[in-house]
Amino acid sequence: MKNVLILGATSGIAQVIAKMLAARGVNLILAGRSMDELNRLAGDLKVRFNCPATAMLFDAVNLDTHESFYEACKASVGQLDGVILCYGYMGDLRKAQQDAQHAKEVIDVNFTSCISILHIIANDFERRGSGFICAISSVAGDRGRQSNYVYGSAKGALSLFLQGLRNRLAKSGVSVLTVKPGFVDTRMTFGQPGLFLVAKPEKVASDIIRAIEKKKNVLYTPFFWRWIMLIIKMIPESVFKKLSL
Amino acid sequence: MSTIKQKMSGWGRFPVHETIVSRPETTADIRRLLNSEAVSNWIAYGLGRSYGDTPLNENGGTLITTRFNRFMSFDESTGILECEAGVSFKEILDVFVPRGYFLPVTPGTKYVTVGGAIANDVHGKNHHVDGTFSEHVLDFTLLLASGEVVRCSRTENAPLFWATVGGIGLTGIILTARFKMVPISSSYYNVHYQRARNFEEALELFSESDDQYRYSVAWIDCMAKGNALGRCVLMRGNNASADQVKGPNPLPILHRTKLAIPFDFPSFVLNKLSINAFNALYYRMHPKDAHKLVGYESFYYPLDAIHQWNRMYGKRGFVQYQAVFPPETCREGLKEMLERLSSSNRSSFLAVLKSSGEENEGLLSFPKKGYTLALDIPITDDSLFPFLRSMDELVLRHGGRVYLAKDSTLSPEHFREMYPRYKEFQVIKNQVDPNHILSSSMARRLKIVED
Repeated sequence: MKNVLILGATSGIAQVIAKMLAARGVNLILAGRSMDELNRLAGDLKVRFNCPATAMLFDAVNLDTHESFYEACKASVGQLDGVILCYGYMGDLRKAQQDAQHAKEVIDVNFTSCISILHIIANDFERRGSGFICAISSVAGDRGRQSNYVYGSAKGALSLFLQGLRNRLAKSGVSVLTVKPGFVDTRMTFGQPGLFLVAKPEKVASDIIRAIEKKKNVLYTPFFWRWIMLIIKMIPESVFKKLSL
Repeated sequence: MSTIKQKMSGWGRFPVHETIVSRPETTADIRRLLNSEAVSNWIAYGLGRSYGDTPLNENGGTLITTRFNRFMSFDESTGILECEAGVSFKEILDVFVPRGYFLPVTPGTKYVTVGGAIANDVHGKNHHVDGTFSEHVLDFTLLLASGEVVRCSRTENAPLFWATVGGIGLTGIILTARFKMVPISSSYYNVHYQRARNFEEALELFSESDDQYRYSVAWIDCMAKGNALGRCVLMRGNNASADQVKGPNPLPILHRTKLAIPFDFPSFVLNKLSINAFNALYYRMHPKDAHKLVGYESFYYPLDAIHQWNRMYGKRGFVQYQAVFPPETCREGLKEMLERLSSSNRSSFLAVLKSSGEENEGLLSFPKKGYTLALDIPITDDSLFPFLRSMDELVLRHGGRVYLAKDSTLSPEHFREMYPRYKEFQVIKNQVDPNHILSSSMARRLKIVED
């Protein structure tokens, strides 16, 4: 791992991943919407690890910019060894129920934009026959629940997309990792009621890096979410529809 | 920006106040919070190591600063570090000890933030030589209640600089700071341990030879009585040079294995007998006179090795009481304090005596020339509070004062006498924050900020 692109680098998990990779001397491109925040992070990595991280503007929902964004990434570091997609948008479910535009926003950020940028990268990695793609999906995509089903369906679609992409790229030696974190202590979850077993971003980040190195396919982090979701998925629909999860 | 209603306390776990907690990630987040209609006032909360109600805000907002933990720049040639105020001393040491730099001043725990260190104007074992932490701060940026960000230094907005130093967070939210790190060639210290049979002997040793040691402190047995009143172990030392350290790496980061206190000890664990026994053992454990090479972790941060050691004091928590006495009255003051403590059977598990250097211009800054004594006292029942009140009177009578970062019980009248510059503080406070957007449980208790 020499050059890695982090999409949504200012998210809580991404910041820790960036720190851990920078500590190993990985050359990072930190991409996101706010240059101020990206520069804050890049400056921190520079002082801590003397590592020249590059901040780059990336607007996920503006699909027309994706091609040129990726070209700019390659121009700045040469060949990319991998990409870690960390951005996501919870949205407001109640609002989405009334306002299709808001629902579309949630789907565009969590799903449509990922297809666009990851295809551009996947096509390149496939051509040269190497690289890794890692994207953070969610346990919310494993089963539709009344409390977050718009976000959940977008993440579920992302998981399916990654599954297909993995299948396609397997023969060209490009690995695809789907990450399904449970509740993580980040901006997205702070102050949310009803959360349990909330993990530290440090734990999730180190799990993700290890899974990338081991070329894993699907990572539940922390590990017990695999079993929690297995049970949740096994509940018959006739029962599940009456539960308030 | 989400908020959550939560009970919070400082390190002493007393008092416990319900407050609305938020954890902003950007300066824009902080501005939004300070402007919010739903919460009328806020106080910054870093790592919660001040003991009492300094960082609490009953029925108001608590703004957790730990996501402001970015380093910004470091200049190898001058040792000047610029970072955000939520960076912890632990992170600074982890990054800079291997490069040969140490904090200019550190309190007895590394789990404090830079912002908290300025707002409480913390001091350490080298106060008699190097002063407080803020004395090494070149400047900081402060987000005012209005949302405006101002730079404060000794020359730029100087009155605001000295109001914020020790100003317990009431002037604004400290965003970033620049301060000077100290070059070291090893992360070890040559420590001279000496027993003193009573506090008079300790004071003599301090005044005789403290100038030979940059770092100096004495652990004191407050249970001893009579001729042994205030017997103690002096621990004084200097940074070791690289060639004094055996092994290839003179600059290791010294993380000690962490023990944890997994639950609140029942209140009977720390009683008069067990504390007495511990104190006597600790005194005898140390040689009469010896030199030893010690890593910075055990020299500066012996208690950091025990995770959540504050749980030792049980559910009701404890108070830390730290007072400083001026040189002229310190003998009588300390004597009276130690006598009262040992005769009232109030046991202090850990007590620390140290010589203190000149005071600085911080309007509410604690240290001043003389001697300071810090005590941990478990809260067993409510009779402790009148006792503390009588201690405050004693301290005041001898021209001393108590440390706000550790206080939870001082009265507004005593506060005003101990900190006569509070009036200047209030003038500046009212200029930069006329609507008291920044307020805290402590500020209201001490009537620094009127309700």
